[in-house]
Amino acid sequence: MLTRVVLNQADIDRALTRIAHEILEANKGSQDLVLLGIPRRGYPLAVRLAAKIAAADPTVDAAAIVGQLDVTMFRDDLSHQPTRPPYPTQLPRTGIDNKVVVLIDDVLYSGRTIRAALDALIDLGRPRIVRLAVLIDRGHRELPIRADHVGKNLPTSSSEKVRVRLEETDSVDGVPVNEVVIEATA
Amino acid sequence: MRHLLSTEDLSLQNAIRILDTAEEMAAVGEREVKKLPALRGRTVVNLFFEDSTRTRISFEAAAKRLSADVINFAAKGSSVSKGESLKDTAQTLAAMGADAVVIRHWASGAPHRLAATDWIDAAVINAGDGTHEHPTQALLDAFTMRRHWAKLAGIPSTGADLQGMRVAIAGDVLHSRVARSNVWLLRTLGAEVTLVAPPTLLPIGVEKWPCTVSFDLDETLAKGVDAMMMLRVQGERMNASFFPTTREYSRRWGFDDNRLRALDTLGLKDTIIMHPGPMNRGLEISSAAADSPRSTVLAQVRNGVSIRMAALYLLLSGETREPAASSHAANPNATYSHQESH
Repeated sequence: MLTRVVLNQADIDRALTRIAHEILEANKGSQDLVLLGIPRRGYPLAVRLAAKIAAADPTVDAAAIVGQLDVTMFRDDLSHQPTRPPYPTQLPRTGIDNKVVVLIDDVLYSGRTIRAALDALIDLGRPRIVRLAVLIDRGHRELPIRADHVGKNLPTSSSEKVRVRLEETDSVDGVPVNEVVIEATA
Repeated sequence: MRHLLSTEDLSLQNAIRILDTAEEMAAVGEREVKKLPALRGRTVVNLFFEDSTRTRISFEAAAKRLSADVINFAAKGSSVSKGESLKDTAQTLAAMGADAVVIRHWASGAPHRLAATDWIDAAVINAGDGTHEHPTQALLDAFTMRRHWAKLAGIPSTGADLQGMRVAIAGDVLHSRVARSNVWLLRTLGAEVTLVAPPTLLPIGVEKWPCTVSFDLDETLAKGVDAMMMLRVQGERMNASFFPTTREYSRRWGFDDNRLRALDTLGLKDTIIMHPGPMNRGLEISSAAADSPRSTVLAQVRNGVSIRMAALYLLLSGETREPAASSHAANPNATYSHQESH
């Protein structure tokens, strides 16, 4: 199998730093910000982004603005896939009503996960604004959805696989973490 | 997992999976919108050949919270009272397109029969068969115990088991499918189970079960118990005299006010008192015990909905069995692996 590293640890870190500043810029500051990561790899990315936002704006408590949003039960492919166990949904104490919610995921592909996330979000409350930040946008959208903040636009063929391996979720001995690779599956 | 028929053959991995999924389902009950779209368009039939209020309502609430359509079928007032067989009833339900059948039957083994034959191609959930098993009740009991046990240990309950927990189950073990299901499941989860009952209310072969048996409730309590489960005295199944009087039963095997006080004097401050319901207050459990802060009776009812949601979700959400789904899967652009579902 052919694999190619497209982002290494430093690239991921730089991309996240830029996205953190873009989020602050688009929101004109840190007021009402809530970062919700989509399991599994969106959540550690949300935690990293919150830390960077807190570093840029000392009035922000990183732990108080970050949460996790599980979308499993809202997917449109539940009956076409092996059963998926749900992950916990944890919202910040302040809730999401009238907040600026930034959804965070690792890879944006068909857009169906984000469609599910929007449905899940609406059952939990009514945010003022919902934005989307992703580390990788690999194209091949199947729904009218786009990201507001993108780490890297990655032109891919749909026969390729994009794997994001993070320290928090993919720590297995011998496998390098904190990098993004493309696997060609011929 | 294709069916949920018994806890005896439920693996540790599957048991933990159901309990963990139920933890996430429990969170839905605390939301503004207490509903998930996961089973939209699926039909769940509650097939009850025996009276039940809480189990049927609990399954109905669980299915509705997952957006499934629910059909309630009670044997009374149906063609079963005209002599229809289980096979014909099942085939009728199959023709109506049931995706899951929740069955309670007075005959032990009826759910297994339904699952093993080709009468109906639906997931079968045993909601109590005769004096055999009642797996979802055991799972909700284990869920309640696990939350308590994990809280005492100061760890999150997700992923945990019941290693080292001492559980006593007292009362009418002979007629109790709840006791049977609990013994198997609690053994799988690593708890130590003691059954306490008069010799007349113990089944033949109980010595081969993976638990200890005692005839003396006070002695069992004195040895230390972390969860005390009282079973209902099933008057409707008793066609012989199993104990001299209800007063004697209550004094020797009921959880009365004296035994409630004894928990404090024995220093068992974290022991919980459980009952699967419906309770015979004053017989197997006193009102003071049933309403004490130690009692988990209402928590058990609440957790029952979460457990049944988890079971329905895990049995029904996988790949559909209709051939229509395979044409979709044959298109490589439409298939995503679990890791790659963006």
